[in-house]
Formats: sequence, structure tokens, C-alpha cells
Amino acid sequence: MKRIVVLGMPNTGKSTLFNRLTGAGAHVGNWPGVTVDLLAAKILLGDAMVEVIDLPGFYNLHGFSEDEAVVRHFLETQPVNLLLIVLNSSQLDRQLALPLQLRELGIPMCLLLNMSDEANKLGIRIDVPKLEAALQAPAIPLAAKYGTGIEKVRSELIRLLYEHPKLTQANDAAFNQDMQIELELDDLAHRVVTNPITLPVSATDRLDRVLLHPWLGLPIFFLMMFLLFQAIYGLGIPLQDGMGWLFDHLKSRWLEPAVAAWPGPLKSLVLEGLFDGLGTVLTFLPIIAMFFLLIAIVEDSGYLSRAAFLTDALMSRLGLDGRAFVMQLLGFGCNVPAIMGTRIMRSPALRTLTMLIIPFSLCSARLQVILFVVAATFPARAAPIALFSLYLASFVMAFLTAFIWRKRYRNHEPLLLELPSYRLPTWRFLGFEAWRATRQFIAGAGGFIILGVLMVWFLTHFPFNVAVAGPQTMAGWIARGLGPIFEPLGIDNMLSTALLFGFIAKEIVIGALAVIFSVGPNDLSGVLAQRLNWVQAYSFLLFTLIYTPCLSTIAVIKQESKSRKTAAIAVLWPLSLAWLTSFAFYQVARHLL
Amino acid sequence: MSIPLNQLAPDASGTIESIQAGQELRRRLAGLGLRSGIRVQVIRQSPLNGPMQIRVGHTDLIMRAADAAHIEVCPGP
Repeated sequence: MKRIVVLGMPNTGKSTLFNRLTGAGAHVGNWPGVTVDLLAAKILLGDAMVEVIDLPGFYNLHGFSEDEAVVRHFLETQPVNLLLIVLNSSQLDRQLALPLQLRELGIPMCLLLNMSDEANKLGIRIDVPKLEAALQAPAIPLAAKYGTGIEKVRSELIRLLYEHPKLTQANDAAFNQDMQIELELDDLAHRVVTNPITLPVSATDRLDRVLLHPWLGLPIFFLMMFLLFQAIYGLGIPLQDGMGWLFDHLKSRWLEPAVAAWPGPLKSLVLEGLFDGLGTVLTFLPIIAMFFLLIAIVEDSGYLSRAAFLTDALMSRLGLDGRAFVMQLLGFGCNVPAIMGTRIMRSPALRTLTMLIIPFSLCSARLQVILFVVAATFPARAAPIALFSLYLASFVMAFLTAFIWRKRYRNHEPLLLELPSYRLPTWRFLGFEAWRATRQFIAGAGGFIILGVLMVWFLTHFPFNVAVAGPQTMAGWIARGLGPIFEPLGIDNMLSTALLFGFIAKEIVIGALAVIFSVGPNDLSGVLAQRLNWVQAYSFLLFTLIYTPCLSTIAVIKQESKSRKTAAIAVLWPLSLAWLTSFAFYQVARHLL
Repeated sequence: MSIPLNQLAPDASGTIESIQAGQELRRRLAGLGLRSGIRVQVIRQSPLNGPMQIRVGHTDLIMRAADAAHIEVCPGP
């Protein structure tokens, strides 16, 4: 099959062009030795099926970043028919370096001068025939966002594939030599690009004066985050609840009667194991879709790199950057999409460190547990203080984790981010990201989550002839075995059994407590108030906040990091931190009071 | 007389004289258009000693002071 690769620097509209060319059919391709996800699609060009591959954005064929290594590795190992090089028309003075380097590979090229509308507005003139002659490659001005010029690209690609029907292997020597192209670049840019004498003050400059204002910048950032948060979860959580309701309905109306005659353990396996596992996976879908839809708007608009500019002073001290902070804040709704959202960061070390701090964000599921227990065990006057202190603890734990692990996950890439012009998002393709992320979540994390739910089901139901989650089940055995570990925290066996349930999803801790104490949810408050003093309750809450994130969070950490070790650290580190924190609190508080 | 880029005040411009950095950082900077002989303008400084925003041609970039310190510029119009 014929093969075209799409290449370009970051912020050239490469992905928009790829989407325009290929439509929604793109999938994540697997390539030997390539560790990052590459999108690929098969399309019909003329009478031939052609595979189009979107390589990561990169600055320099000879650069050292992960993405640059991926591009190099791909071109070294995979023969292609054509390089489709996307350039930002306003930045040709530096971006022409890329085709000058790629020319040495000896593979036919086609240049796309994207965002030509923006260049026109800036008064930049490009002599296309001169450029084509100098680089011996066709060049097409276009605005991928509006689709202008796409048909021309398509017909040019058909012509070029007809002209170059054979796959070409890149010339190896080109990867090793670092050409001195600077003189040639200046000369070429000088001949081809005419810049206006003075740049007009753009709308972006005017907006930046407000949004990046020394005093107003940060308050506006927090306001934006608040609105974004409200939009994602204000829309996502009702959808999630609706999905949950639908599932409960399906279960009680349809599945329960269908399996009513089955033997007890098998019935329970289907209802409380498989079906609830599936339900856990599916209830995340609306939130993930909403998250990626809205984060794509923020990213497309150009504000995300501005957020990095505003918050970097704090985050750089923790070995992170401003984008990590954005994801940490969004994690307060739900950790799962926030961890998937770390994709916007390209350095693997930075991503991993961010994935380790996001689980400390007090998500809405944990909030349900905390609100219930606080209401049951704290006097009304102290309840808001308890809640506030837990939010504070959430930040302290995240920053402490970053501080402790920052040396291990040292980010070698300097913070050098482009601040692109503010742009309206490409509405037509917004859904693509959401759809892809949702699909990847099902494929990458779904199986793991269902397996985990089945495991906890087994522990809390076996042997089948005793009370569910009671002391005679395996969970009860484990809780007794762990008794000496939880005792110094003021957490008894029944509470620790509930924490085992919390591993599936934090919000079911309360339901689990009701089952364990065999009381209805309405009587649970009274039971908790009777059994726990506030010191024990607070110790339990600290533990609930900090300990191992839910199964779905672990599953996406594993999926996104592609590393079992990172997933293992994400389980063990918070567990240790939770124990130490609860221990310190409980022992000190008990002796003081 | 040249000074490190991080000492250039907001709204001031200068011409890059030299970049005293390893190959890795140098190539990354070159990819973004920062190399000897190129004119840069400092746009603004982020609060609390955060990164600075600079303009090179038609590209706006943010970079930390620690990285900007490797770039020697000759202040000028």
C-alpha cells in the first residue's frame, strides 16, 4: 500500500489538516519500536488506497526530544511514498528549516503553506513559484481550518503518487549529518518571504495585555478554570448520573428477573460482578467525552500555553510546569480524564510525574464519602473546617509528592512553549478528540477495570454461604490480617473492609459501609456517629482521601504511561503516604485530646 | 556589550550574539528561530519570577530565566 506521512512543527495546524484529509476513520496505529500513539488512516486517493500517518510535531530532524526521536525512528525504518510537510505561513522564516533538512532524505516532498489567511492578514507575502523552484517540490497555500485548498491538496497528492508510485527508503546518511543550513535558510526566507515593515498590533496582543496582566492574569486564570470545571462537570456529572440510573434500571427491570432462577453465587457473579464492572466502565464515558471536548476548545484557542506562563513560577519549583497544574485542578472533578489529559505534555518524565500527583485531587466521588462522614461525625460548626482542611491536605499531598519524586522524574526538556495567536477552535473536528479518547478508554482500561471489580466481588462474596463482606468472607479475613496495620490509625476491621470496596470506586464506600453494618443508608449516619469519635472519623477521611486511587484511575495510568511500574508506584506510594498521614494525625490527636 | 537575555527588560529588544548552551538546547532554540544574529524582543515577564515572553520574528515564545541566561544579546533597537 502507498504511504504518506504528515510532518510539521508544533502549532502548524497539522492535526486539523490530517483530520480534513482523513475524516473520522483514523485509528491509533502500531509501529515497531514506536512508543507513542500515532494516528493513521487509510483513504482513497484516485484509484489507490493510501495510508496517511500523522507523525508528532517536531522542530528539528536532529533534535533530542522524544518526539524528534520518534519521527527519526519512523523515517529510518518505514519506507514512504511522500512527505507531506505542513508549514505555518506566518513563520516560514524559521519553519523552512524543516524542508531543508528533510530534503536530504531523498523522499519526494509536498509543502503545505497552512494558515495562509493569517499570513495574509499580517501582510506577509510568499512567492510560491520561487519556493517550489528552490526546494524542487510543489507548494500549496491553504487554510486547513476552513478547508480552503484541501481539494487542491488531494488532487496534487494523486498526481504525486502517480509520479512516485514506489515506496522510498530514507537516505540513512541524512540522519547522521547535521547540516549547516542556517545560511541557506536565511537566504531562502529572504528570497521567498516579504514581511511588512511594521507589524500591526494584533488582536492577540491586545487580549494578552489583559489575560497575561501581571496582577489580573492569575485571577482570570482561576476564573477560567472555575468556568471550565463547571462546564465539564456541570454537564458531565448529570450525564454520568443518568447513565448510572439507566444501568440500575436495566439491572432491576431486565437482568435481575432474567437470572432470578440461577443459583445464588452465579447470579451474584453476573449482577454484582460483571454487570457492575461494566457499569463502572460505562459511567465514565460521558465525563471523558465532555472533558476532551472542552479541553480541546481551550487547547485550540491557545490559552493553555498562557496558563503555563501564568503558573510556571510555582510549578517549576516542583519539577512540573503550568500545564500540570491545569490538569491537577481539573482532577478535582474526576481523576480519570485529567490523567488522560496529560497527553498535552510531550515529555514522558513530566507526564509521569503529573500522573502521580493528579490522584491526590479530591474528586467528586471522594467528596461524597467525605460529606457523608463529616455530616455524621462532626458538629455542624466544625464541619466546614474539616472539609476545608481536607482540600488543603489534597494540595499538600500533591505538592509533597511532586517535590519528593521530582528528581526521579526529572524533565530534561526546557520549558520552551510557543504562544500561538488566539484562534477560534475548529468546531467541526472537536468531537474527534472526544470520540478517540472515549474509544481508547474502553479498549485500554475497560478490561482491567472489569477484572478488578470481579476480584473485589470475589473477595467480598466468597465463601458464598456467609454474609456479604462479613467477617467470614475473604475480605473479612484480609481485614483481620491487616488489623494490626489499621489499628494505630483508629480504623477498625469493618471500616477497612469498606476501604477495600473503595478501591473499585470511592463513591461506593458509603454503600459498602451500609452493607457491612447491615443497616439502611438512612441509619448509617447514626451508626457511624455512635461508633466513631471525630478523631477516628478524621483519620478515616484522611486515609480515604489519600490512599490508592480508584481502579479506573490506576487503569488509565497504566494505559497512558504504558508502564506497569508507574501503575505500581501509583498504587503503593499513596497507600504509604495515607498510612503515614493518618498514623501521625491519629496518634498526635489522641494524645493531645 | 552583551548581556544575558534574562536581563533584558520588558519591551526592550536585542540581537543574539551567541548561545552558550549544549547542543541539545541549541538545536531546540534554533528550531524556534533563536540563533546568532537574530533580533529578539522581550514582551513581558510573568509574575513571581516566572517565565518571560519573547518575540522572534512572527513567533511568540515563553522561556524560563534559567534557559534565557544562556543567550547573550546585544541590546539595541
